Amino acid sequence: MADHLLEVRNLSVEFHTAMGVVKAVRNISYHLDRGETLAILGESGSGKSVSSSAIMNLIDMPPGRISSGEILLDGVDLLKMPAPERREVNGRRIAMIFQDPLSHLNPVYTVGWQIREALTTHGANAATARAEALRLLTRVGIPDPERALDKYPHEFSGGQRQRVMIAMALALRPDLLIADEPTTALDVTVQAEVLALLEELQQETGMAVLIITHDLGVVAEIADRVVVMEKGELVEAGTVREVYKNPQHPYTKKLIAAAPGKGEMHVPVARSEPVLSVRDVRKRYGAFEALKGVSFDLMPGGTIAVVGESGSGKSTLARILLRLDEPDGGSALWKGRDLFTMSPAELYKLRRDLQMVFQDPTQSLNPRMTVYQLISEAWVIHPDILPKPRWRERVAELLVQVGLAPDHMGRYPHQFSGGQRQRIAIARALALEPQLIICDEAVSALDVSVQAQVIALLDKLRREMGIAFIFIAHDLPVVRDFADHVLVMQKGNVVELGTVREVFEAPRQDYTRTLLAAGLDPDPDVQAVHRAARLQRVS
Amino acid sequence: MLKFVRKRAVASLISLIGLIVMVFFLSRLTGDPAALFLPVEASAEMKEQFRELHGLNDPLLVQFARYVGDVLTGDFGESLRKARPALDVVLEAFVWTLWLAVITMALVAGAAIVVGSLAAFRAGGFFDRLSSVISLIGASVPDFWVAIVAIVIFSVNLAWLPTSGTGSLLHWILPISVLFIRPFGIIVQVVRGSMIGALSSAYVKTARAKGVKSGPIIFVHALRNAMLPVITVIGDQAASLLNGAVIVETIFGFPGVGKLMIDSILQRDFNVVLAAILVTALAIFLMNLLIDLAYALLDPRIRH
Amino acid sequence: MTLQSTDTAIAEEPGFATRMLRMLLADKFALCAAIFLLLILILAIVGPSWLGDLATKQNLRGRNAAPFDWERGWVWWMGADALGRPLLARIIVAAQNTLMVAAGAVAVSAVVGTLLGLVAGFSSPRVNQVIMRLADVIMSFPSLLVAVIVLYILGSSILNLMLVLAITRIPVYLRTTRAEVLEIRERMFVQAARVMGASSKRILFRHILPVVLPTLTTLATLDFAYVMLAESALSFLGIGIQPPEITWGLMISQGRQYLTNAWWLSFWPGLAIILTTLSLNLLSNWLRIALDPVQRWRLEMKGRNNG
Repeated sequence: MADHLLEVRNLSVEFHTAMGVVKAVRNISYHLDRGETLAILGESGSGKSVSSSAIMNLIDMPPGRISSGEILLDGVDLLKMPAPERREVNGRRIAMIFQDPLSHLNPVYTVGWQIREALTTHGANAATARAEALRLLTRVGIPDPERALDKYPHEFSGGQRQRVMIAMALALRPDLLIADEPTTALDVTVQAEVLALLEELQQETGMAVLIITHDLGVVAEIADRVVVMEKGELVEAGTVREVYKNPQHPYTKKLIAAAPGKGEMHVPVARSEPVLSVRDVRKRYGAFEALKGVSFDLMPGGTIAVVGESGSGKSTLARILLRLDEPDGGSALWKGRDLFTMSPAELYKLRRDLQMVFQDPTQSLNPRMTVYQLISEAWVIHPDILPKPRWRERVAELLVQVGLAPDHMGRYPHQFSGGQRQRIAIARALALEPQLIICDEAVSALDVSVQAQVIALLDKLRREMGIAFIFIAHDLPVVRDFADHVLVMQKGNVVELGTVREVFEAPRQDYTRTLLAAGLDPDPDVQAVHRAARLQRVS
Repeated sequence: MLKFVRKRAVASLISLIGLIVMVFFLSRLTGDPAALFLPVEASAEMKEQFRELHGLNDPLLVQFARYVGDVLTGDFGESLRKARPALDVVLEAFVWTLWLAVITMALVAGAAIVVGSLAAFRAGGFFDRLSSVISLIGASVPDFWVAIVAIVIFSVNLAWLPTSGTGSLLHWILPISVLFIRPFGIIVQVVRGSMIGALSSAYVKTARAKGVKSGPIIFVHALRNAMLPVITVIGDQAASLLNGAVIVETIFGFPGVGKLMIDSILQRDFNVVLAAILVTALAIFLMNLLIDLAYALLDPRIRH
Repeated sequence: MTLQSTDTAIAEEPGFATRMLRMLLADKFALCAAIFLLLILILAIVGPSWLGDLATKQNLRGRNAAPFDWERGWVWWMGADALGRPLLARIIVAAQNTLMVAAGAVAVSAVVGTLLGLVAGFSSPRVNQVIMRLADVIMSFPSLLVAVIVLYILGSSILNLMLVLAITRIPVYLRTTRAEVLEIRERMFVQAARVMGASSKRILFRHILPVVLPTLTTLATLDFAYVMLAESALSFLGIGIQPPEITWGLMISQGRQYLTNAWWLSFWPGLAIILTTLSLNLLSNWLRIALDPVQRWRLEMKGRNNG
């Protein structure tokens, strides 16, 4: 019987909500052996995290309910275990790390205390726990581990926090580690490091790893086998290579096809008089220099992508160009006039030409306004664009243009999906008939398949209306598909600026090469080559 | 952390100065001080004499400077009623009020935190509903009404407890019980709400994944995080105890600062009234500072 | 606001009023509280003109008449006071002053506090600092003591009482509003409005205020109870409302000297205060959930299960 370390059989979980009973997962089964890595791949709403919560006994009941199935750990059903015994399993036999380590670490206790607690909860004494915590922090590569023990979570960087979480999870050498989107919030270079650490530790301890992710690249990098989930059902299972090379289910096919970074690269528009010319923009916050002199030109109808990791200053640049923040120096000529010295009246006029699409449409749309109100607000603020009797007609036009139906205009944002909301946000930007749209991570919060659709929409607008884009992103494959020029930023500096082909195929700077190498390719074979190359560089 | 406390202390000091200014102008500009300070039947000459004596005919700014100087040196003038320095009279009474408030608040905080936490742990359960009913009623009753009803029951009908005054431990029971009710009701609700939030937070999920038992999850992981908003409410309630004790003190004949104030007002002993306001305000300032300190101790993020 | 007029019906979701009503029906306690408060409100409006004469006419033979005398008219069911006036009638008449003072104080403090909070949260750090220090001063006032003094100096009238109570409650709204504004102004939809060129006024009143409003409504309901208790305490001390005007607090105070032989004089008005504040607290708890999109499902689910 107990031939697998973990076996999930016919598991169904439902939640009672205002909309009635929602079946979060239906009848799913998978198994996992020692030393093996299984990935659960799915987009938001697929229920990919539900089964792991059931394994860890983290589902709140009510409103949740496990309506059928069993979860066998070495042949013993966890769901039928008495509570104290079940609790002993957590931490000792199965451990878990999460997507957002900052909120998953208790903010008011030191990390040393939290790691020690993992040990003492299961019977270790205080003295050995301290020595062990120190060893663990050293092992996961936290600098100055002795002092780090007495620091609080907020004093670490995102990658370090995830390392702390890993140290805490592995304190008792569990047989199984569940990692729920462990690298989603991290920069690509940090993501590569954390995944490498996980693999190393797996080889050291021989544990099984269950990784939950939406990212085909992560699957290709780390997993042996993969199960694909869609809307609570398990639609496909197999080795990573099998599934990628020869997907059976239409959903899997769609998911793989939507992975960015494979299309034709754009040829830059012909050089002419730049519509926006940015020179030596500087900004500091106290002692911190966010921008150390950024310059670039943008042609009419052109698209420049600004890429960089967190803290590179790319979002600050966007805010300054829109005058949401004031620069400390430099100039930005918009059709020959400096944005930074404009009077409020001039700025008000400029707003029509320069628009922005934000990262998270859930937050960038006022939850208490209907779609009609959201879009027509542009004309309330700028009444000379359109006379009021034509508003409805124009809102309908715009909705059709971004791929929504005109009868959606009476609804509220929360009634739409993430991708649809971003379309609404784009329609709102278009209402002002702008000539430049700044997209600040406009597609990074979206699922891959939706991402592709929104990019296609932006591409259509660029072709049909000649709108120029400044496209801020951390995700290189998306940039590769959409931009014609790329500006690479690091710590407030411009590291490299060139056409998309130059930057992606012949990067001149080390930092650009590191960024490109850290990116994960969805094709397991390609990724294997990347990894071999990276390992070679390290050794 | 010291920097944080210093910053808060400076802010409080500014507020205290604001209060002194307001008290001054309230007492000088809203009518003839002579009429306020002297008995109602005082003659016109007496009033004039009084004005001359206390420099009330000087320009307002001169008066203000003198007043500030007096306040800073702790000179609030004489209590007309007791022929002693007003500050002494007030401080004597204040000690009583302080004890009353401190004991009550300690009991309230302890009881409310335990009850609120347990209610939050099984939200919707029997204990939660029971504590909700009790705390809601507690937060809704007028304390003076409870006080007189309690006197009728425990002192008059049952004759178990003394009606008023001080002297034995028994004298403290009724005032403390009556003062206990409302802050208890309010704080239980805040603790419960805050704990429900903390218990559904991500770090509690981590603790559960680590296999930590329910006891430590509630009282170690969640409680310390949940205490931050609770501390604020405890501060507000303690402040209202310091001045809300007026009524309970009056009813139970408890010689605290509240009763002193009401008596002084009725007997037109205005120096005592002004001194009492400033002393109480100062106490509330110090307490707010303590609250800020507690905040910084509980939450390492504030220290930086 | 020409925008609302052109709203179309929203598909799938019922309107705001139906939705609230359904959620109210789902919570039995809140429903009782709402009905009770509505009753009190109606009595407060019609009370004085309806029972005013009856409540003030002295009847020395019926002094301290005991309650539960079902033989006499319903106004006598709660007994009579020291001057033989029917207590039930007096309580109904007193409801007007009691509610008026509280409502006035809450309205003034909520409006002033909210406006100051909006300004503090949305203007330069310096203005913000000044307003916050002002709030600190008021907060650290021994509020009841100051009320005592102010009323003593200015003389007590319904208007003064209202104003004094309002001033002491302003910081509550100010702090809440400011804290919320500071958070909301950083939200993306506010940034989006700025990018479109919206004026500060538009952002404050069209984008920020509607988001803060539910919190403030909940707070005001709760505060109504607080202010009512404060007013009755002041009236009880004899520095609030002065006879011949009456409030519930004053009635308790008037009955105090007869406590040992006629407990009902103080008991009934006390009960009126408790039931009203309790209802307000219950309603405020319900509002907190009903107006919170994240928690609302609890009530909506209950409503569904109940049929």
